[in-house]
Amino acid sequence: MNVKTINFPITKNDVLKLEIGDIVSINGRIVTGRDKVHKFLYNEKPLKKQMPVDLEGGILYHCGPIIKKTLKGFKVVAAGPTTSMRVEMYEHKIISEYRLRAVMGKGGMGEQTLNALKKNGCVYFHTIGGAAVYLADRIKKVVDVWKLEEFGMTEAMWVLDVEEFPAIVTMDAHGGSLHEKIEKESYKELRKLIGLKTQRN
Amino acid sequence: MMMMNLQDAILELYRKAAAVLASDIEDALRFSYQKEKSTAKHALSVILKNIQLSKKTGRPLCQDTGVPVFFIKVPLGISSLYLKNEIIGATRIATKTIPLRANAVDILTEKNSGDNTGSGFPVFYFEETREKKIIIDLMLKGAGSENIGQLYKLPVEDLKAERDLSGVRKCVIDAVYKAQGKGCPPYIIGVGIGAARDQVTRLSKEQLLRKLGDMNKHKTLSEFEKALLKDINMLGIGPLGLGGNTTALGVKISVNHRHPASYFVDVSISCWADRRARLIWKMES
Repeated sequence: MNVKTINFPITKNDVLKLEIGDIVSINGRIVTGRDKVHKFLYNEKPLKKQMPVDLEGGILYHCGPIIKKTLKGFKVVAAGPTTSMRVEMYEHKIISEYRLRAVMGKGGMGEQTLNALKKNGCVYFHTIGGAAVYLADRIKKVVDVWKLEEFGMTEAMWVLDVEEFPAIVTMDAHGGSLHEKIEKESYKELRKLIGLKTQRN
Repeated sequence: MMMMNLQDAILELYRKAAAVLASDIEDALRFSYQKEKSTAKHALSVILKNIQLSKKTGRPLCQDTGVPVFFIKVPLGISSLYLKNEIIGATRIATKTIPLRANAVDILTEKNSGDNTGSGFPVFYFEETREKKIIIDLMLKGAGSENIGQLYKLPVEDLKAERDLSGVRKCVIDAVYKAQGKGCPPYIIGVGIGAARDQVTRLSKEQLLRKLGDMNKHKTLSEFEKALLKDINMLGIGPLGLGGNTTALGVKISVNHRHPASYFVDVSISCWADRRARLIWKMES
């Protein structure tokens, strides 16, 4: 099995080398953001200097972790991906506005995001849904947190350092989407199974 | 005194449900791992490692510890209100100590209660029994898979689904097609059919408590379940939606009588991490 190593931050050139089906191992700084972070970035458009981390060249991870506060600091208990499709209406704008090079989650995203990936040189990583303990153990350090009071633990923006975080490229910067491909194939199969003609190509 | 112990037992029930995947599902995933290829196989290998890790460490399998749903069989003479209070107490402790993710959010204020309790949270379904023991089934229902459930009202013209089991079949396959990989397949699928909307959604969810090898007591339904599983696995969605032959691990169906004018079919979908656990509490005689 061929695994590509990715060290964040990355450049557009790095992104262009990735294609759907690539298995990757991620190192470096990742930032979490789910429903509330997306809604906030989209509507309030905070400036870079108002945020604890520069997202340029970075990766936004759709994740609402379980994190325990201990005397030694924050301890990540579980940190798997959440369903990315819920932020579809925001993501395209956030990718271009904050110059992200990658988003990561599970279940894939839609056409708006796919177009934004192509236009901006960005990639979608699919990580392993439900593998929260394994993925939490790939997080080596909690660097910072933003909006913890306001959004709560699940919805806050966590800045994390990871090592060998596993993922799969399922949407690339060349317009390729494994999700679109599988949806199309399964649609044909669905129509066959229920005895109806395929209505679209 | 007895009830104090019951609260501890419920805490253990939470711990088991959150961190230890039922062995029938683990076995099915292992079988699927043997069969699948490329990226799906890679994803399943991480899932299997995660199952071992969480079992060993007692940490929740998935960070979304879901909505706790309780199906409780109560002996005659035991107060369901009393049980409910014990469970709510145990829920608060479980959230802090396991820990579970606090998931109860107030619709009006957007405030998270912080302890997984709130209006209609956890979810309770009580049923009285003549047996002398309390049976508490707990399901931690993750939101990713809850969001992809579907309710159908037959007939559905788009699918040419009429009011018969063939129509039901079309709806179930359609629901899984619509779900794609968004709710963490391989899925476990519960189907409830009957007269009232509220009743079929409960019934379909209750099916997710059944073990994969559990045989339906109706021969027709038992055969229907097997045939549907085969059909669903033809869709090619595969583990985590990455493509492959294992889109579902099991289909479980239950029926109630229906009204001549109503034919509701509800499809409840669970992610591969169908977190269920049972507590049997014997009453002192």
